[in-house]
Amino acid sequence: MTLASVQDAASAAAERERLGHVAPIGWRNPKPPGAYDLLVIGAGPAGLVAARSAAALGAKVALVERHQLGGDSLNYGSIPTKALVRTARMYSDMRCAATFGALPPADIQVDFNAAIARLRHIRARVSRTDSALCLARQGVALFFGAARFVGRNAVDVDGVQLRFRKALVATGSRSQLPAIPGLAEAGYLTNANVFDIDTLPASLLVIGGGPLGCELAQVFARFGTRTIISHREPLFLPLEERDAAQMVSDGLARDGVEIHLNTTVTSVRMEGGRKVAELVIDGNVATTTVDQILTGIGRRPAVQGLDLESAGIDYDAESGIRVDDFLRTTNRCVYAAGDVCLESRFTNTAQASACIVVRNALLLGRRRMSALTVPWCTYTDPEVAHVGLYVKEARRQGIPVKTFTIPMHDVDRAIADSEDDGFVKIHVREGTGHILGATVVARHAGEMINVISLAMVAGLDLEALDGVIHAYPTQGEAIRMAAGAYMRDRPSRWTDWLARAWVRL
Amino acid sequence: MLDRLQRAAFDYFVVNTNRANGLVADTSRPGSPSSIAAVGFALSAYPVGVERGWIERADAVERILAALRFFSKSDQGGTTTASGHRGFYFHFLDMETGLRVWQSELSSIDTALLIAGMLTAALYFDGESAVETELRQLADAMYRRVEWRWAQRAGGAMSQGWKPECGFLHYGWDGYNEALLLYILGLGSPTHPLTDASFEAWTLTYQWENIYGHDFLYAGPLFVHQFSHAWIDFRGIRDRFMREKDCDYFENSRRATLVQRDYAIRNPRGFVGYGQDRWGLSAGDGPSVAPQAVSGRRQAFYGYAARGVPWGPDDGTIAGSSTLASIVFAPEIALPAVRAMAAGHVGGRGEAMRASGFNETAHEPAAAGWISRGEFALDQGLTVLMLENFRTGLPWQIVRGSPWIRAGLRRAGFKRGWLASGASA
Repeated sequence: MTLASVQDAASAAAERERLGHVAPIGWRNPKPPGAYDLLVIGAGPAGLVAARSAAALGAKVALVERHQLGGDSLNYGSIPTKALVRTARMYSDMRCAATFGALPPADIQVDFNAAIARLRHIRARVSRTDSALCLARQGVALFFGAARFVGRNAVDVDGVQLRFRKALVATGSRSQLPAIPGLAEAGYLTNANVFDIDTLPASLLVIGGGPLGCELAQVFARFGTRTIISHREPLFLPLEERDAAQMVSDGLARDGVEIHLNTTVTSVRMEGGRKVAELVIDGNVATTTVDQILTGIGRRPAVQGLDLESAGIDYDAESGIRVDDFLRTTNRCVYAAGDVCLESRFTNTAQASACIVVRNALLLGRRRMSALTVPWCTYTDPEVAHVGLYVKEARRQGIPVKTFTIPMHDVDRAIADSEDDGFVKIHVREGTGHILGATVVARHAGEMINVISLAMVAGLDLEALDGVIHAYPTQGEAIRMAAGAYMRDRPSRWTDWLARAWVRL
Repeated sequence: MLDRLQRAAFDYFVVNTNRANGLVADTSRPGSPSSIAAVGFALSAYPVGVERGWIERADAVERILAALRFFSKSDQGGTTTASGHRGFYFHFLDMETGLRVWQSELSSIDTALLIAGMLTAALYFDGESAVETELRQLADAMYRRVEWRWAQRAGGAMSQGWKPECGFLHYGWDGYNEALLLYILGLGSPTHPLTDASFEAWTLTYQWENIYGHDFLYAGPLFVHQFSHAWIDFRGIRDRFMREKDCDYFENSRRATLVQRDYAIRNPRGFVGYGQDRWGLSAGDGPSVAPQAVSGRRQAFYGYAARGVPWGPDDGTIAGSSTLASIVFAPEIALPAVRAMAAGHVGGRGEAMRASGFNETAHEPAAAGWISRGEFALDQGLTVLMLENFRTGLPWQIVRGSPWIRAGLRRAGFKRGWLASGASA
């Protein structure tokens, strides 16, 4: 048996293991008792959290999943991309070994199958804790099948009626295809099937420069695929601030991604077995020929097929299910959480919103979605992480805002790591140390942002953060340095005057 | 030294102008088209030349009139080969025919720089002669003709440009940048003024940051902090944003200059030469050579680019003219830097101050570094105006007399200082 075939067999076994956890063949749906305390539709990150925590409270819980447990996040989103991001980073580091004072390997060959096999192992491993059997052991009545509402307090799952006192719709979102003539005929990859390809494409056009588009463009470029990314706007990551988006663009360019901003893909056609895409850039037409196209990166709420009207639940195809700040739908017994109703489509937001629903639905809670502090991160290299308000949002709300900026090139550990691209920007209400929000661009920005989230949730201001001694040297020290800049800058107080007078004595 | 550099910069316009239509070449390189911004700088530089005795008044008027007559009669049809549309002009025009080249955009900022030049010339040449009267009339008509409001986007901010092939470009003027002058001219227009929402929409994207211990309205490249100041004296006048920050745009540019020097001292990417007396990242020419290893990293070179600090792009290229223009804001650090850079071994004898950029890190074409060939009009224009503002304040004094610019400043919320006094201080 060759190494490759051993690898393939292991990869297939991992895939079988994952499917055994997330969509077991021959699963028998339980018999529904009377009404469930909480019925959850969709077993993605939001649905799983809600079902488990409600069951832990002793509630009678049903969870209905149409496809696979874990949703996009586990199967086609966060987890598989991060697995590939790590492998791609390893190749990048090997190539840039000289930057770190090391000798680059003489011959760097990309083994795409090994990367995919690792991804499958990781996916299978993560799926163990949320497997169908685990959920059943935790007291969750798990149903596989398509749910649709048949009244204000009942759903039908493949012909079986389940009644509920409270329900949560957490069906997530689906890829949205751009309307490009010829694209469907030529074929394309989306996040749902890109992790199933078994050969590395020689060339790839990524349509859309949102977080996932940027992450995957960089990954494939680092694997050696000639990668082109086209994006309609002048900068990637339209949510993020200009400098952060520019740094992502610079990072992609360094990895050899061909960047086409202000660009629209107007048509795709097949020619000699390859895909020819026509791009329009500020009125100029160009064509590019590639082996694969990756798109469908925009998301739309998954509201179809649920017969929401039957339960009196208002929704919109674009913005999803309409909810109030307590995540209640127009049917007082039904709540929604995650991508299906929220603008911010992140796994952690989905999970946090599900926790709110459990409190509000089962424990008469009055928790508000707007009170949440949710950080997010785009896992390009460098990473871009954000929490709280952007400067523009604060200014729009009439809040005087000031930003304390620490370039990573001023951080000792970042210099020692040769990872000094990026910054920490902490936005405060001018004249105070009250943190409104922050953006971090750094190689490990996702890890760094958590301290700022903690400070925001705990109500710590920059003065308090300045008093938190950080381990030295660490990249996270940039946050304390920003707090230090605030302390040097803040208006003097009578205690400062007293201290100066004391020293002069 | 300053007089020599300023005179050399002024001579650029004497040499690189088409006397028949007043168009000024974008660069001194053979075959260069005209940039309308270059014409704007030229028209503003002539009063300086006249005052300093570098050009006869009649000669200056003739050159300016040639340009004004050309623009007033230019094809405003907005077709792919016209000269302009709705009072705006395409960024690059053929030196001879004055028609659009390079599929360039109908540029809002470059039209503003051109109009600023026209208004400056009209304010300075106040004689009763027929030619000076015609000069003033044409300049006034050209300003009135610009449909600023047309280029305002739905959100309120100005669009960066328009093309006959695709309409308005996707991008507007967001974040602090050189568009301050554009907004003031647009708001002051007696015929097609921008709405109040325009300036509000623009300033909404401002970021007030503390970087290296300096508080300032952030923008990376130096030219952003310089262009509008070539014409308008922002000392002591403040809009709402600057009142809130207890600062003004002039002081802001001074701080931006200090940030540039502090960045060069840190020199995070290890470029050759950067330091206390070698700084100045701005828009300009740079080497287009193969990447090379710099401090263990693979460093690409970007050719013509808007370089900035502290986030780049940075490839070791310094735009000497931006350091020279910094003299007006921070002479205590800019003068020593200019002296050191002018005497440097790359392009000695002041060449580094006249070239669009120099780079001591690039190994090509010589181990000692790279220097941009020829001269670029915008650098020379900025040098003439900023050095004059430093030496006598003449361009500022002239522009203070413009009722349109005063009106634009007031509509943008500027108050106090020289705006509070009479027609011109």
